[in-house]
Amino acid sequence: MAEQNRKSPVYLDYQATTPTDPRVVEAMLPFFTEKFGNPHSRSHPYGWEAEAAVETAREQIAGIIGALPKEIIFTSGATEANNLALKGVGAFYKDKKNHIITVVTEHKCILDTCRHLEQEGFDVTYLPVGENGLIDLEQLKEAVTDKTLLVSVMAVNNEIGVIQPIKEIGAVCRERKVFFHSDCAQAVGKIALDVNEMNIDLMSISGHKTYGPKGIGALYVRRKPRVRVVPMINGGGQERGMRSGTLAPPLCVGFGEACAIAKEEMGAEAERLRMLRDKAYQRIMEKLPEVYLNGDMESRIPGNLNVSFACVEGEGLMMGLKDLAISSGSACTSASLEPSYVLRALGLEDELAHSSLRLGFGRFTTEDEVDYAVERIIGEVSRLRKMSPLWEMVQEGIDIKSIEWAEH
Amino acid sequence: MSYSEKVVEHYEHPRNVGSMDKSAEDVGTGLVGAPACGDVMKLQIRVGDDGVIEDAKFKTFGCGSAIASSSLVTEWVKGKTLDEAAEIKNTEIAEELALPPVKIHCSVLAEDAIKAAVSDYKEKRGTQTKDGGTEEAAE
Repeated sequence: MAEQNRKSPVYLDYQATTPTDPRVVEAMLPFFTEKFGNPHSRSHPYGWEAEAAVETAREQIAGIIGALPKEIIFTSGATEANNLALKGVGAFYKDKKNHIITVVTEHKCILDTCRHLEQEGFDVTYLPVGENGLIDLEQLKEAVTDKTLLVSVMAVNNEIGVIQPIKEIGAVCRERKVFFHSDCAQAVGKIALDVNEMNIDLMSISGHKTYGPKGIGALYVRRKPRVRVVPMINGGGQERGMRSGTLAPPLCVGFGEACAIAKEEMGAEAERLRMLRDKAYQRIMEKLPEVYLNGDMESRIPGNLNVSFACVEGEGLMMGLKDLAISSGSACTSASLEPSYVLRALGLEDELAHSSLRLGFGRFTTEDEVDYAVERIIGEVSRLRKMSPLWEMVQEGIDIKSIEWAEH
Repeated sequence: MSYSEKVVEHYEHPRNVGSMDKSAEDVGTGLVGAPACGDVMKLQIRVGDDGVIEDAKFKTFGCGSAIASSSLVTEWVKGKTLDEAAEIKNTEIAEELALPPVKIHCSVLAEDAIKAAVSDYKEKRGTQTKDGGTEEAAE
């Protein structure tokens, strides 16, 4: 393996964040220095030039999801966009409807916002997912009542990479006259999205998950039929009054450029990542027994692999893989000792949830890096299994579940 | 999070990994923890006729600190009497390995594993004499 093609540690955590594409950085730079104007200044060319750049960025972002530029509201990131969507729509319509439907595997910022809304008097239904991580459309249809205001379902899950049936969910929402919000932080630039075809009324987007800068995101808010949002941040009335505050032109420009590049390159990139991911998965399955894939393999973004290695604890495994930047569903580092709630929602035994690794592949991942990572994982899992009392029991034919463990 | 040098050293070069015949009369086995919690330790001791621990082996499912804690105690119990071994405190393990607060439970588990192995051994011996079994009769 040619070492020169490999950075150390090898970065395989593209669902956590992506590096800013050098072309994006290039586009951003002038807006820190010579083009430093406030895009809201109307009285001189510094302001006009910054405003024009921000509007171009807005077009680029709208372009990747089939929206109109005016429907894009810049935020500080997807977390803020998710908060604005749920709280903003909730606050505007709460006198008419007070029921929200979401899913147990949503990102914490959706779940935590829903908990907050519950305290404010909203009823929230948390749909379960199947073993494959996908929701059941029939359960969604049954959950909708005449009090349902909003359905919020993420397009792509951040841990297991599964793609929810967004178009079908959108059709249900439109038919039942319920707003449809989708957290698309992990989806934009990875899968084709079209807000009209999918009947999405609100969509959260993140800059840094798609090779743009951190600190910026956007909320798409449909204009026809109009969706009303009460702002969380009041001030000068920027962003059609929905999000006041001076925009950051370098970040807007970078975010826009990142979307333009993603739109152009998404197809080829997905194909390359699928090849790398499938190669990694096949090699692991070929070399190691008792490995389980978490989440559906077909309805999944190509840059994600989430697998559990029975009888090996994830954090212990990662310690042996210090030359790989990856993440685990084990939460041994947190005081709670609770493993990933997403993996548990799939019905996974706690032991297997503790044994999971998430590998995220992306634009700058090389085949050499993947080969190296896979061999390291195979070696380390084998080493740790040799010192695992659970693996020994499995080899002896003892059912681990039959033992009365003293939970601590 | 970062691990202390000693934790890393034990994790990378664990001492006394392995298993003993748990049915052997001079072997005491302690199995503590739970898979659902993310750590399981198995500690085994071989005890001489003089009541001194001659050998110790471990297998652990868990994080680096759990592996290091169990590896360390296999070293510590060797050459100790059963009573001396049972007196090893989790605080000594945590201090030796410089475990951070979130990893204290790993040292607690290692202490429990020693106690469980010692009591398993004592129980075995106790039961055998009560049954009137002789060394020849034992497997």
